[in-house]
This record gives sequence, C-alpha cells and structure tokens, in this order.
Amino acid sequence: MDIEKTSYNRRSFLKVSVLSGGGMLLGFSLVAQSKPAGLKVQAALSGEGAELTSFIRITPQGQIAILSPNPEFGQNVKTAMPMIVAEELDVDWKTVVVEQAPFNTRLYGRQFTGGSQGIRQYWKSLRTAGASARQMLMEAAAQAWKVPVGEITTEAGVLHHKTSGKTAGYGAMATEAAKLPVPKEVKLKAVDTFKILSTPRQNVDGMSIVTGKPLFSLDYRQPGMLIAMMVHPPGFGQKLKSFDATAVRKMPGIRDVFSIKIFQEDYAQEIFDTRTFNELVVIVGRSTWEVMQAKKKLPVQWEPIADTVEKQNAFGQMRDKIVPAGLETTDAHYAGMKEREAQPAKELRRDGDPETAFRQAAKVLERTYTAPFLAHNSMEPLNCFAHVTAEKAFLACGIQAPEFTERAIAARLGMPIEKIDIQLTRMGGGFGRKAYGHYMVEAALISQKMKAPVKLIYSREDDMTYGIYRPMYRMTFRAAFDAAGNLTAFHVRGGGIPESPLGGSENNFPAGAIDHYLADEWTFPSNITVGAFRAPRSNFIAVAQQAFLDEVAETMGKDPIGFRLELLERAKTKPVGKNNTYEADRYAGVLKLVRDKSGWGQSSPANLHRGVAVYFCHNSYAAHVVDLSMKEGQPVVEKVTSAVDCGIVVNPEAAGNMVEGAVVDGIGNALFGNLTVKGGKPQQSNFDNYRMIRHNEAPKVIEVHFVKNEIDPTGLGEPPFPPVIAALANALYKATGKRLYSQPFQPALDKRNTGQPVQG
Amino acid sequence: MWKVLERLLFRVTVSPTSRLAERKSFYSTLMATFNLKINGKLQKVEVDPTTPMLWVLRDHLDLQGTKYGCGIAQCGACTVHLDGIAVRSCQLPVSAVGKQAVTTIEGLSAHGDHPVQKAWIEHDVAQCGYCQAGQIMSAASLLKMNPRPSDADIDAAMSGNICRCGTYTRIKAAIRSAANR
Ligand code: FES
Ligand code: FES
Repeated sequence: MDIEKTSYNRRSFLKVSVLSGGGMLLGFSLVAQSKPAGLKVQAALSGEGAELTSFIRITPQGQIAILSPNPEFGQNVKTAMPMIVAEELDVDWKTVVVEQAPFNTRLYGRQFTGGSQGIRQYWKSLRTAGASARQMLMEAAAQAWKVPVGEITTEAGVLHHKTSGKTAGYGAMATEAAKLPVPKEVKLKAVDTFKILSTPRQNVDGMSIVTGKPLFSLDYRQPGMLIAMMVHPPGFGQKLKSFDATAVRKMPGIRDVFSIKIFQEDYAQEIFDTRTFNELVVIVGRSTWEVMQAKKKLPVQWEPIADTVEKQNAFGQMRDKIVPAGLETTDAHYAGMKEREAQPAKELRRDGDPETAFRQAAKVLERTYTAPFLAHNSMEPLNCFAHVTAEKAFLACGIQAPEFTERAIAARLGMPIEKIDIQLTRMGGGFGRKAYGHYMVEAALISQKMKAPVKLIYSREDDMTYGIYRPMYRMTFRAAFDAAGNLTAFHVRGGGIPESPLGGSENNFPAGAIDHYLADEWTFPSNITVGAFRAPRSNFIAVAQQAFLDEVAETMGKDPIGFRLELLERAKTKPVGKNNTYEADRYAGVLKLVRDKSGWGQSSPANLHRGVAVYFCHNSYAAHVVDLSMKEGQPVVEKVTSAVDCGIVVNPEAAGNMVEGAVVDGIGNALFGNLTVKGGKPQQSNFDNYRMIRHNEAPKVIEVHFVKNEIDPTGLGEPPFPPVIAALANALYKATGKRLYSQPFQPALDKRNTGQPVQG
Repeated sequence: MWKVLERLLFRVTVSPTSRLAERKSFYSTLMATFNLKINGKLQKVEVDPTTPMLWVLRDHLDLQGTKYGCGIAQCGACTVHLDGIAVRSCQLPVSAVGKQAVTTIEGLSAHGDHPVQKAWIEHDVAQCGYCQAGQIMSAASLLKMNPRPSDADIDAAMSGNICRCGTYTRIKAAIRSAANR
C-alpha cells in the first residue's frame, strides 16, 4: 500500500470548499505531483505555477461528478482519468458523472494530449485526490457519529460504522467534510484490491457519439456565427502577392474578403507555433457552402519566398531557424537525402571501437530504409470557433496543446492572457496535428476583424495541403560479423527532412547489447513544415531497425525472436555503455508473450506468412506478430497478435481498442501513406489521391494481450504503432521473398504484380 | 440479393467527377425553397439549390450529427439515409431530394436504441468518434437490405467509410452482433 503526501514543495495541491447549496468541491492540481522525465515538453512545464486542475464534486443529494481535465481526441482519457479518481474515492462507477473541464491555465494548469502522457503523468495525483476526498468524508462521519475514524469503512459511495450499524451516503456528509482540513497524507489502495481500475469500462461519451450529439469542434455554434475559410499558397516556398476580391464579394452570402498575417515578423515562436503560410486570404460568409463556392472563384497571385529567418523560443532558449527558399520536389528530396547521408554526421553515441570492428569484419550487412512525408488526416479537418471582443477572446475547438496556443493568441491579439478563454471540445482525431494551434490564432484574428462570432473551417484539401507533416526519413544500418558469424559491431546513421529521427533514441535497444556501436545523424533543410505524428521519430526508427534486425537474424541463421532475446539477455546481464533507456526484461517480456500467444514456431498453414517486431517508446513496450496470406498478389492480413507492457492497464476495454487502432493505422500508413511534392505543391489533396486503409483492408483478427504487472501506467496511444509496420514488412518478405526498404510498400507490391522489377 | 447490394453500392459511391460546384454559374444567386422530410418531420429551407444536403443539415437545420470529412464521396462521414438507403450527403444536392425521406443519425432511433447503436455501445467501437455517425448509418442501411450479411457483404458495404482511428475490427464485430439480434 502506498502512502501519498498531499502537498508538494510545501504547497498543497488539494483545495476543498463548500459548494453553494451545500456539498463538497475538491479541486486538485495534476501537475504538482508528477514530473516524468523525458519529453522536452514536460521539462519546460513541470516548473509551471499550476493551480487547480480538476475537480470532484459531491452534492448533498449524493451526486458525484468528476471533471476530466485533458483534451479528448479518442484516447479515452475522459473515461480513464475519472476511473482512477473513482477507484480511490470508492464509489459506484455507474453513479459517477463525467464532465470535460473547461480549459483555463490559471485554474487547471497544463493540459496537453500527446506523447502518450495523459495517464502516466496524472496517475498519482488522481489517486491521491480521490483518496483524500474519501478520507475527509470518513472524518466527517466519525465526527457526526462520535466514533473513531479508524472504525469507518466505505463501499460504493456509502459510509459504514459496523458496530453501531450506522450508515450514510457520501452526499449526507459532503458539506461537513468540505469544512475539514485536507489530510496531510493518505493511504492508497493496493493494486490487487482495485474494483474499477483494470476492469473494462465503456466510453463515457459512447451514447452521445452513437446518437450524433454535437460534441466536436465542427459542431460548436453560436447565434449569429459566420463561416470563414482561407486560401493558402498552393505550395511550400510561396507566399501571398495579391488578390482581387471584387467579384467574390458580390457572391451570395459573402460578407468580407481580406488577408491576415498569423504572426508578426519579430514574434519568437514557441514549440507548437508554426508559420507554414504566414499570410492567408480569408473569405467570410453566412454559410459553409456559399463560402466554399467563393473560395474556388477567388483570383490570388502568389510569389516565391526568399530565405527566411524565424525567431524561435525553445523553452526560453532563443534561436534562429533558417527556412530556405525554393520550390521543392520529392525526387530531389530522396536524392538529397542520399547525398547528405554520405557526408559527415553528428555523433550521438559510441561504444567500443566500431571503425576497427568494421574494418576487421569477415562480413558486413548494410541496408537503407526510407519513408515519405505523411499527412495526419484526422477525420475532422482543422476548425475553430472564435468570438473576440474588446473585453475578451473566447475560443472553442479541439487542441492538443492549448496552453501554448493560448500564449500565441494573447501575443497576437495584444490581449492579456487572462482575457483568453478556451473551451475544449472533443477532437475528431489529432495524432499530433492538433498540437499546432495556428488555426486558433487565425480564427481569433478573423473574429476580431469581423467583430462577430466566426467558425474557421479548413476544407479537407486545406487540411491535407497545409503541411505539418511527418518528416521524410532515411536511415542506413550496418552490421559487422566476425569469421564465426557473430555480430560484432553495429552502426546506425539516420537523418531526415528537415529533422533527424534518431536524436533521443540513440540509447535505445540494440544499443547496450553490442560491443562496438555507433549512432550518428544528419539533417536536410527544407521549407516544408513538419511536426509530431503518432509516435514521433519512433514511427520510423522502429520500422527500419526491426526490419534490419530481421535480416541480421536471417544472415546469422537464427530465429527472429530467439535472436532478439539473445541480444536482450546480453543487454541485461552484461550491458554495454551507460544511459541505456530501456529495461531489457520488459522488452523481452512482450516478445515472449507475443511468441507464446501467437504460437510462433509452431507449424502454420503453408500459405500463412509471419513477421515479428518489437519496440520500446513513449515508456511502453509493444510487440506484434503479423500473419499474412497472399490473394491475387495482394497481402491479406489474417491476424495480428499484439503484446503490450504499459504498466497497470487502467481500462482494458479502451486499451484494447487503442492497440487495435494503432495496428490498423500502422498497417494503413505503411502500405499507402505518402505525401509527395512537386514544385513545392503537395500532390495529394483529398482521399481520392491519398489512400487510407479501409474496412476491407483491415486485419481480420487482432488479438491484444497485456503484460500483467503493478508498474504505474505508461503510454498506450503511440507505442503499439511503430512496431506493427516492421512486423508487416517482415511478413511481406516471407510472403514475397523480397525485402521492402521504402515506405509506402503498396507501390512495390503493385509493380511486382504487373511484372515490373521491384525497387530497393 | 446482388441487385440490392449493387444498388446500395452504386448509391454509395457517386462519382466525384460531377462536382456540384463546377456546374454552377458564377453569379447564380437563385435561392429556392424546399420542403424536406427529415427524420419524420417536414422542414422548410431556403437555399441555393446546389447546396449539398450535408450543409443544409449542418448549417440550416442545426443537425450536427452528420459530419464533413472530404466533401467528395470518399470518406462516408456524411452518410445519411434516403428512403432507408445509405447515401453520401456531401454529394446530394438539396434539389435532388424531392419527396424522399432523409434520415440522419439523430433520427435513426428515438432513444439511441437502434440495434446498430446498441451494438456500437456494447463493443465500445468509438475512439475519437468522428467517423462513427457515418459508419452507423452505413451499417444500418446494410442490415436493412441484408439482415444476415457475410463478412464479404460487410466489407463491400463498409469500405466507403474511412476511420483514421482504425476501429474497423470492432465495427465488423458490432455489425455481426447487431445482425444476430
Ligand atoms: S464528406 Fe461525404 S463522403 Fe466524405
Ligand atoms: S473513431 Fe476516429 S475516425 Fe473513426
């Protein structure tokens, strides 16, 4: 049993008050207690003077509400966080009402959804808050009944005193409990006594979703609301020259046409501020369809950008980012990456003497992997409601990093941050894209100019061609073998446009398992804007590395799982170097679980082809076995077996769904995801030319298994995504006899079917 | 059976080449009045006749359940029923509706208890949930035409609905259990 303190740095993170009308309101901060290391975002934010983040509300009638603080985009935190509170509060889950807390940094502290951090970060605070409220209710009952508090027990929202037979609902004691001091420390439940946690619970918004309730940003309306759409340069490396609004202004329903500048030239951008297209032409009208028509008719002239220097504020560190001029092309990108890779790179990690080991090697295996830009393609295109008046700016939308965008909006409108009020709506998917809140700044500027409530809507085409893509990547791996066929050295060189995937992962497996190891990286500048995409960087490293390790195992004549386990055993018993970021046991654990559950190594039907991969990222471990069959030259994913170690599984129902979704999404992006540019212009703009995985292409069966342990919960939205792509690649090799080194895989499969030589 | 399926498929995948906007002349300002039967109620709207039902529902009738995803009949987020058959409302001009009954997710059942909705809750299908109104409308239409669909039937009827969150396996399981009710 854990004992948790309710204050941190001598400041209590719990605050209790009596509700007007009686009852108890317990507010608590989610930031104060938890300080996970790792993601840069956290480092910058853990020092924030956060106040109260979430609430438990108990009315005298016994109604219990828990306000969930995090923006919801499908990862189910809105159900999971209240489950954690409810467990320690000891209430009946069926009676708990869950609400989305409004966003307000003064009141709620940091709200960020991304990096699979939601649950991990808040686990202890949520539990402590629930346990504190319960403790206070017990104290209140003890005082009322004049019995020692130690004799009070609770069950499902009811207080009991066994010997006297007295009972009372939480509501009856709530007002008195709210007048008591917050306990200094509380006991948390033992993991094996959980009644709500680790049991499957349905999404609290499930009914609203299936009945079409207006939950999403696009659904938010206010009386007198106007619709705005924007026109952005058709390609990267271009900017607005001029536009002629005369004709369009006369079109039915159109109210105004003007241009806006997102950020002032000297504004120092923070991590989620972007200026992909810093000046846009905006059309405002009374209905979406009318504005869409006008948008198509608006004559706009564009001109090339010059080399530009952007001022950036990276967590207080000022630096300049150079954005090169030019109209870029995908072919040139691939050629440029190849050329750049051959030049000197920045060393990230070195163990032993890799150069000598490679020189003395009896055999060297070298393979190169590439991946394209990917568009996020959340099903809900970017949009935001804004109503800006002289007094305040009110915005309503889905946003993954509201705190950062709030600062950007305040700076741009020239308003104090207290006057910015953001209401978070449910997000129709985010995947990293909705961490970049430029669309909120845009909506605010449009509303300010129109002096009216406005909804800015991106068309699907706008959403797909505006950028903030997953970067393009290239990685080359080399493995050295001695005369006996042992693996002696390993070299990974990675880079990308415009970022490298490698930095931050150089100490991940297989570092620590090989005597001579070298990791180095390079970058290739570009004016195409990129950003976080489900499991940033890992979404490529895992693929390349796990496909390469498959080939290394094959070269050594070893079983793919057995070979990885040997390396992990080495990393555990005789680790090489320091700073290895992974726990070899947990790494091996998911691999063994997936091996056993998938029946790996047992004879399978002749037409079934299997691939395996495993990876550790965002603090969790995931492994998959993909079973493929080939029908008319196309892969059919018969089954995926997944094993995940994310600590305690808060809600197995939602967790299973997340893993299944990551599997489907990973396979889809691996086969089809591809955003190419020509003359700076994205070549894909909608789902007729950007292929997404569809119902008939999804795996027939996905079986998810979780490692059972008592480790505090870690991320789940991202970790299962990267390795499934590698497992697919390895299975495709078994099915076709050809290794595929370049994503997306589908074009090579199609070429193979038409008899053309497969590249790579 | 194939006839029904074919009809369904045909209605579902209207060719995007006939983009409505292109057919509209620059200054066409003609507004017209339409009496529509929506979710069992008669509704009067005055709009440009080329306006797709998607935007009539969302902007003029405040029925926000029907979603915009692509606007070109590629994603299925905007799926509604026209006389019980799934159609993409982003490609259905208001002028083409006539007397046909339009059903949206809000009107699929009075209390969220259509067998498909119940199955969706039971299987906890939704992640972000944005695509699900369209998925449910496609599934309900399929089961009306074909109460015992094979997996291949489900694939055929549901492949016009994209889910970026990747909930397809749960969607299939939910349709199977709705079919067995
Ligand atoms: S919005 Fe109609 S099919 Fe995508
Ligand atoms: S549930 Fe998010 S797109 Fe389908």
